[in-house]
Amino acid sequence: MALVLEKHKMPEQDPQVRAHNFQEVALGYDEETAVAEANRCLGCKNPQCRPGCPVGIDIPAFIGKIKERDFDSAISIIKESSSLPAVCGRVCPQENQCEKNCVLTHKGESVAIGRLERFVADYQLDKNEEVKPIEFAPDAQKVAIIGAGPSGLTCAGDLARKGYKVTIFEALHVAGGVLSYGIPEFRLPKDKIVKREIDNLQKMGVTIEVNSIAGRLFTVDELMAEMGFDAVFVGTGAGLPHFMNIPGESLNGVYSSNEFLTRCNLMKAYDFPNHATPIAMGKKVAVVGGGNVAMDAARTSLRLGADKVYIVYRRSEAELPARAEEVHHAKEEGIDFKLLNNPVEIIGDENGWVKSLKCIRMELGEPDASGRRRPVAVEGSEFELDVDTVIMAIGNGPNPIVASTTPGMDTNKRGNIIADEETGATTKEGVFAGGDIVTGAATVILAMGAGKKAAAAIDEYLKSKK
Amino acid sequence: MFKIMYKKELSPGIFHMDIEAPRVAKKAKAGQFIVLRVDEKGERIPLTIADFDVEKGTITLIFQVLGASTMQLSALNEGDSIVDFAGPLGQPSEIDGNMGTVVCIGGGIGVAPVYPIARAMHEAGNKVISIMGAKTKDILIFEDKMRAISDEVIIATDDGSYGVKGFVTTALQQLVDRGEKIDQVTAIGPGIMMKSVCDATRPLGIKTIVSLNPVMVDGTGMCGGCRVQVGDEMKFACVDGPEFDGHLVDFNNLMSRGRMFREQEAKAKDHVCNIGLGR
Repeated sequence: MALVLEKHKMPEQDPQVRAHNFQEVALGYDEETAVAEANRCLGCKNPQCRPGCPVGIDIPAFIGKIKERDFDSAISIIKESSSLPAVCGRVCPQENQCEKNCVLTHKGESVAIGRLERFVADYQLDKNEEVKPIEFAPDAQKVAIIGAGPSGLTCAGDLARKGYKVTIFEALHVAGGVLSYGIPEFRLPKDKIVKREIDNLQKMGVTIEVNSIAGRLFTVDELMAEMGFDAVFVGTGAGLPHFMNIPGESLNGVYSSNEFLTRCNLMKAYDFPNHATPIAMGKKVAVVGGGNVAMDAARTSLRLGADKVYIVYRRSEAELPARAEEVHHAKEEGIDFKLLNNPVEIIGDENGWVKSLKCIRMELGEPDASGRRRPVAVEGSEFELDVDTVIMAIGNGPNPIVASTTPGMDTNKRGNIIADEETGATTKEGVFAGGDIVTGAATVILAMGAGKKAAAAIDEYLKSKK
Repeated sequence: MFKIMYKKELSPGIFHMDIEAPRVAKKAKAGQFIVLRVDEKGERIPLTIADFDVEKGTITLIFQVLGASTMQLSALNEGDSIVDFAGPLGQPSEIDGNMGTVVCIGGGIGVAPVYPIARAMHEAGNKVISIMGAKTKDILIFEDKMRAISDEVIIATDDGSYGVKGFVTTALQQLVDRGEKIDQVTAIGPGIMMKSVCDATRPLGIKTIVSLNPVMVDGTGMCGGCRVQVGDEMKFACVDGPEFDGHLVDFNNLMSRGRMFREQEAKAKDHVCNIGLGR
């Protein structure tokens, strides 16, 4: 068979249309395209894709099943390693992981592993199969998980399958963490995908308690001493947003990306006033930052009715940390990339609202500690960008509530919980941690990988205690 | 679901509700707040805890009907439920037995969150002088409760219909003028009131604590909407506060940020009025 050098295209909503709605951008493969794409896989004897997956999915095996049109077996293989395949198929940065080392990249594009994962995950969700509840032993040990985001959900799924009784405590009113409050509907549908993946975990036997603020309603010590839990996993995720520490960040019209996206995604401000949470914004928006969150905030602004949306990023295109696909989609939709520009001040009008964003041009100098070329300000090159809304998407620090109420669980100087990279074990016995609260802001799949490793380690720990 | 166990309209537009939330009641401390949502389409609204009863398992909230969400909440009755209720949030008030003479100032419904703080200070053995401010006598709340836990209560009404005619600062000045040695002031109320109190105590060097209620979404330390300028630091009211050293708070910015959603709030209120409170 002749080698097909390019991935099969995934149908997408037209950029001009989708920039004004919140429906999903990418529409997914149909069966025929999925099988044709699977047939591009050479079935390498020594597959390089699998080591690139943070949760270790047996990629060649599931693709092999798609070739045979045995989609049920394909999804079963994925689920041995991943609790949230429909999510990962949509939001993983595959080009830096599994697809990066695909042998086909020597000649052309890799196999579209992410799109195939998404296809079989959606195939199964659409079948609405009964989820079989796990039968727990009467003396099953109990594990508490703090935070119902990617790491916590993964850890919970793996532990439940091993026969542990798992309760997830979630501070917000819905589970999902960043999947619910952060990643927009048009990239990761909430009711269709996130809610159903979480419902399935609950049907399997995982208990989720929302509105439960660990560290305030109960401490980690109380979970273990009074509430009967034998181990605890802390996956509290992203905390307070970073700001740049420039003048004007408290003006009206300035948001952190966390606030802006939470209003829109979790609270559904795009449906205001039918949903009660508002977003106050103008027609000209500057989003500061170059990661996935910045792309999400920029594209959300368009959909909320902005006429002009800028990405302001201090390095060049090559250094943009966002997934290639997000940058591509953002450009298609008309986002204006102001690269090599750094904000120095947000200027307000007489009513305390944003009037413009003062920036300075940058050029790339010598490589810094991260290996990327350090951006250096070009003296005297300041200019004002005419905007009325500014969204800061430059990362976040850890949430302090659990760490500050858990004696014996150490944090580093940034406030992140110190945890063993391989096991998630913290400095406190029986307490494990993973995801953004340990690593600082990272990706969904890395958090899932941490949740998975911690589940294995908790299993070992509890077996040794029994 | 969280059941409304008790409801009373204290004065026109000001409501008292006890919500059944035993786990929260067990852990609540003076100075903390909760976040609630009325229904599935509701916004998350932060309200300071006005009282808690461990035995009954209830949290007392006092709120004024201002926007769409408080209007909806006020339309519910005893036996009805709200969908979400999370807390206790924020840092408890710092209270010990060696505070000396404390003046607790509550303006408007700010009296409600001051009450548990004043009570805790009183129970710890401090001398508590309370100043309660209201526009007029009819909308004064919590008078009996405050009298029960205060060594002295001074009431100030804008129109002079009860107590001292003037603002809470007028009453505070009277205390200063009679030579009362004040070790700390705790003031809760509208931004402009807290600012005036701080302006009065700053030259006298009296430590002044204020409790802020800025815009919040999650209330758990994630969104950053509640950022306030305190001295040269940016602080987050939900995890660093809600109480701060009033002499360091940038009240002008706080009040300006409080107006950020004014246009939307009016629209939401119209919407609720038009389609009815059931949404």
